[in-house]
Amino acid sequence: MTESFWLIPFIPGASAFVLAVFGRWLPKKWVSLQACLSVFASFVLSVVAWVGLLKVDRETLPLVKTLFTWIASGSFSANLSFQLDPLSCVMALVVTGVGFLIHVYSVGYMGHDKGYTRYFAYLNLFTFAMLILVMASNIVLMFVGWEGVGLCSYLLIGFWFEKHSAASAGKKAFIVNRIGDAAFILGIFFLIVHAGSGEFRVINEAVHGGHIGAGLVTLIAILLFIGATGKSAQIPLYVWLPDAMEGPTPVSALIHAATMVTAGVYMVSRMNVLYTLSGEAAQIVAVVGALTAVYAATMALTQNDIKRVLAYSTISQIGYMFIGCGVGAYAAGMFHLYTHAFFKSLLFLAAGSVMHALSGELDMRKMGGLRKYLPLTYPTFLIGAIAIAGVPFLSGFFSKDAILTQAFAQGRYFVWALGIMGAVLTAFYMFRLIFLTFHGEERIEPEAKRHLHESPRVMTVPLVVLAFFSVVAGYVGLPVVFGKKANLFNRFLEPVLDPAHEIHLSLGTEWTLILVSVAVAVCGIYVAYVFYLKSPQMPHNLVRRFPGVYKLLYNKYYVDEVYDAVFVSPTVKGSEAVYTRFDLRVIDGTIDGTAKATGLAGRVLSLFQSGLVKDYALAMLLGVVIFLGYLLF
Amino acid sequence: MIPVSYFFGLSLILFALGIIAFFIKRDLITMFMAVEVMLNAANLAFISLAKASGSLSGQVIVFFIITVAAAEAAIGLAIILLVFRQRKTIKTEEFRLMKG
Repeated sequence: MTESFWLIPFIPGASAFVLAVFGRWLPKKWVSLQACLSVFASFVLSVVAWVGLLKVDRETLPLVKTLFTWIASGSFSANLSFQLDPLSCVMALVVTGVGFLIHVYSVGYMGHDKGYTRYFAYLNLFTFAMLILVMASNIVLMFVGWEGVGLCSYLLIGFWFEKHSAASAGKKAFIVNRIGDAAFILGIFFLIVHAGSGEFRVINEAVHGGHIGAGLVTLIAILLFIGATGKSAQIPLYVWLPDAMEGPTPVSALIHAATMVTAGVYMVSRMNVLYTLSGEAAQIVAVVGALTAVYAATMALTQNDIKRVLAYSTISQIGYMFIGCGVGAYAAGMFHLYTHAFFKSLLFLAAGSVMHALSGELDMRKMGGLRKYLPLTYPTFLIGAIAIAGVPFLSGFFSKDAILTQAFAQGRYFVWALGIMGAVLTAFYMFRLIFLTFHGEERIEPEAKRHLHESPRVMTVPLVVLAFFSVVAGYVGLPVVFGKKANLFNRFLEPVLDPAHEIHLSLGTEWTLILVSVAVAVCGIYVAYVFYLKSPQMPHNLVRRFPGVYKLLYNKYYVDEVYDAVFVSPTVKGSEAVYTRFDLRVIDGTIDGTAKATGLAGRVLSLFQSGLVKDYALAMLLGVVIFLGYLLF
Repeated sequence: MIPVSYFFGLSLILFALGIIAFFIKRDLITMFMAVEVMLNAANLAFISLAKASGSLSGQVIVFFIITVAAAEAAIGLAIILLVFRQRKTIKTEEFRLMKG
């Protein structure tokens, strides 16, 4: 059964195909059932593969299944082939497991949408592309999945394309991702040229064997990481992600938790030999991750849109994963990816449930006191918030702590300090969200209040399941203080992510670090409590005291405006200039000129066409005379 | 025996007359007759050449030409008749439908 792991991507792929081509004739029930079951089938296969992996001899990893040669060109060839190793297995489990719950939730959330079938076709396609990405055994096929998720994100963010903002958000996501991908594909070319193949095993051997120069390794690693900053929404290419909130909420959950944005982290982990070898590249990864973690968290502080807060928190959390990868603790980064998938999808789906209850309201200023109306959404949301805030004994605590501990142990105190700062901010803005939404006075619009209701079972059950995992998922990766062998997650990933360079601190230091992160989480929550429940006028006072800072944060550091001024509008203006000067004058002038010349020639020649028989006869006669004259003389 | 050149001369004169008539006359019937004259001038040239060279092929061609000319005359006259019925005239200047 383990050998059939290559079917994992193809089941949702086939389902997407059926839905896209025959979807319009299928009844709605069938569409829902097929879409959900196809992902569930992949999930079952992933579990089977995982169980199989536990038994397989680690020396034989990865298991590779080559379907056929896809590209053969000279000495280069790329196969359509999949591989199964602990890393791809973890990713497949996360993608299909969380993805399945999101599919189920969507059945309820999108129930009344007229694009229901199209939606599920896209969703399945998204899952398919992501699974191709994580299971590909060579970087070329991985790039196919990489672009596939980019395409699907465009389709899903712009799902309600009648709305201008949604259509342009989709375009923004697509274009920003292309910028990263340009660097990414350059990195792939360099790798293939110098490693001789796109297969990950060959690349690993080539890099390990020192066949690629150190400078080149750094260059490739940085180019690939630029691609990752686009896909995983890191500085400077994060701008598409907050706008991606225009899509349906379950899509945000899918993009943010299970697929798409985690692709960059997965890619860096997959290419870990490059980043291990090149200290400079790893340094860049860690610093970019740490800066993003804090930077995005500060932007989340002032947002009033419930989904945007979560969007910035995703950027920030992905930053943590990159800190993990950058300090060499790839397993910790992957661990955070895995726990984050649960609590972030939980938060998004719960936010969707809040929106559903309030007839689509997104503004937290028009919420408040929802606790008693949403008896299931509230506790699940709270669990998600506690998990992401890093309160002990929930999953987010273990994974964030693992990353920060490693950053500290590697002597990256700057990165560690930024991480701790981000943790305070995370706890603060998440509880600000909780307090503004569920506690305090009611600020609900009367119109929305009349329809106020808890979501149907099909939406709340996934919430409960995700909440359960948000609590327990962390226990597979306990910190060292619970014993050297306590981290089952890291041990599972050992064949791919070599833990040799992870440094272990003394137990005392470990405990201190754990206490520090607990303290910052509690501190952040307490400040949020003071600000938004105990004395609600305090935030206003602060805003009045520091209007500049507030405005800067509220307007997201004006980065969108700066990008607009520096990149977008020069491009648009330049294109317009080229359009009016070159297209309209030179190209159109040439075409019009040709047409005019032809017309003129026709008009001149038509003078000979008198319509009189005699004239034609005369012309013939002249022709004969000339011809004869030529023949005779 | 009349020398061949005489026949050629006659053929040439006939042909020239045909051309002149074709260009100076305005009604279709006369122009048509001019064309027939030119054809027969050509026939005369063929026959005289055939006689001079002693081969029959020239005469064979003449038979073909006469047959084709007969068919052409029938069709041409029919067309002229129809044109006249339509337009009540056969003056060529009146027909300029093909003017560009």
